[in-house]
Amino acid sequence: MNETVIHTEKLTKKFGNFTAVDNISFSVEKGEIFGFLGANGAGKTTAMRMLCGLSYPSSGKGFVAGYDISKQQEAVKKSIGYMSQKFSLYEDLKVWENIRLFGGIYGMKEKTIETKTAQTLEELGFAKERNTLVKELPLGWKQKLAFSVSIFHEPKIVFLDEPTGGVDPATRRQFWELIYQAANRGITVFVTTHYMDEAEYCNRISIMVDGKIEALDTPKNLRHRFNAKNMDEVFQQLARKAKRSDN
Amino acid sequence: MKFSNNWHEKQNALIIDIMKQFLSFVKKEFYHIFRDKRTMLILLGMPIVQIIIFGFAITTELKNTEIAVFDLSKDISTQRIIEQLEASEYFTVSQVLNSSDDIEQVFRQGKVNMVVAFGENFNNNLLHTGEASIQLIADATDPNQSLMQTGYATNIITSYQQELMREHNVPFRIVPEVKMLYNPQLKGAYNFVPGVMGLILMLICAMMTSIAIVREKEMGTMEVLLASPIKPIYIILAKAVPYFTLSVVNLTSILLLSYFVLKVPVAGSLFWLAAISFIFIAVALSLGLFVSTIANTQVTAMLISGMGFMMPVMLLSGMIYPIESMPEVLQWISNIIPAKWYIDAIKKLMIQGVGVEFILKDMAILLSMFILLITISLKKFKVRLV
Repeated sequence: MNETVIHTEKLTKKFGNFTAVDNISFSVEKGEIFGFLGANGAGKTTAMRMLCGLSYPSSGKGFVAGYDISKQQEAVKKSIGYMSQKFSLYEDLKVWENIRLFGGIYGMKEKTIETKTAQTLEELGFAKERNTLVKELPLGWKQKLAFSVSIFHEPKIVFLDEPTGGVDPATRRQFWELIYQAANRGITVFVTTHYMDEAEYCNRISIMVDGKIEALDTPKNLRHRFNAKNMDEVFQQLARKAKRSDN
Repeated sequence: MKFSNNWHEKQNALIIDIMKQFLSFVKKEFYHIFRDKRTMLILLGMPIVQIIIFGFAITTELKNTEIAVFDLSKDISTQRIIEQLEASEYFTVSQVLNSSDDIEQVFRQGKVNMVVAFGENFNNNLLHTGEASIQLIADATDPNQSLMQTGYATNIITSYQQELMREHNVPFRIVPEVKMLYNPQLKGAYNFVPGVMGLILMLICAMMTSIAIVREKEMGTMEVLLASPIKPIYIILAKAVPYFTLSVVNLTSILLLSYFVLKVPVAGSLFWLAAISFIFIAVALSLGLFVSTIANTQVTAMLISGMGFMMPVMLLSGMIYPIESMPEVLQWISNIIPAKWYIDAIKKLMIQGVGVEFILKDMAILLSMFILLITISLKKFKVRLV
């Protein structure tokens, strides 16, 4: 039953002498919520960009939805959704126009877009905001909308790059409910985050330090292995080894 | 056979899909522009305001301008031309000069605005070789004025020439040689219209396009677009479409205003005017794209296009200061400014009304600039983002 949707072997990215991502190998199963943790500058975003077809690997291999990330970027891009660190919708477009645009970009049929827009807005409780300009929505709503847009075309995998930055805890919870719903539908969620409480919500997490994956397991097993009360302690123990950081 | 039909249908369906994808993208770009009302007002209003303000700055009246005559021939033809100049309401002959040194003198004293000088044997030359020349020397410190004076005088001389031709039934050619003193470039006046055209197109295509692309980078939406299956080339093309449309609207309004309000002649072919403008728009768009590959914030993009493109257009393209009177280094630099070639071509086409063969050089230079810029930018755009 298990189906591997992301698989990397010694994936590496070098910028000149600097090795941003250093020989990482891991696999993610279908429907999994995979947390990708690491301090700033540990190489999370670089690794994610390679998986999304935004950046070429320097060496090693990677497969996303069965496609080679260094050769079949087009096919990779068609099977994934992506939500960037920064807010990723157009502020000066209306809610439905944003949905319509991204539906169109992913080649969805006009009719499907229409019915699905209504359905999505209903689920989010946004039905009234259909014609609102996105910039008039509160931040938490925008983030939820952005997530719904990123999975609107039913991708196999959705990549979320620190999706809940700057959002209050209550909204973050609601956001994670959306993530769970997506995972239940069989969409694999690959998420980077700074919040250790969010790490607990993931099925499995990997912790990157200085470009390498230092730990990869379920949150529970990691807590046991490091003899820690919570993920924060696990993270602190690992991050202490880090030689590089932004500050 | 069936297989190939299927294949064609699939191909067609694919093309339609791509077109749909592209059109929904173009629509989005139009929304961006239309919803930013203030910017749009500026973009559409500025050319009109510039042209109108300038239109009112021009004096279009010419009455009883004092002129001096320097006549070395003193024959029947020169006499009749002088009479006709005097007879018109535009000119009054107030002085007759006896030596060429006096020309400089009367200008210095400010007594006259124009000197009409005839060479020796004017009538003889005219009758025997069919060609004679007149020099119209004007004080061009006021460029508009001097341009009109020489223009009106040329008209009077031309009508005399036609009169002669009717009388004798042989082709005569009087070649009025116009000499603008003190301001050979005639800054201002008609120069302004081509200048405004160059400036506005640069503003809309280069500056606005670069800002629009960089905004997506800054906002983070570019990442999302690049992670989607849409090809980068479509992202760029879709951005170019609305700015191209805006440019055409502005171009039209500038031309209509200058023709109907300012009475600037559109002497040459409209087709080539449009053609050279499209080439220039393409250059400006690729410049905008180029800026967007180096700038990371909208402010940087604005500064680069403002300082890097707009200023040189105003200062070095010959729009305000004559290129001929610049230091050699600046003259050399002015060659790499696309607007210089565009303005030059527009002046030739619009005001001088010459044929396309005279703007081939400008066209070729602009085209090579376009090819160079678009190649570099597309290459850079890819390298940066993939």
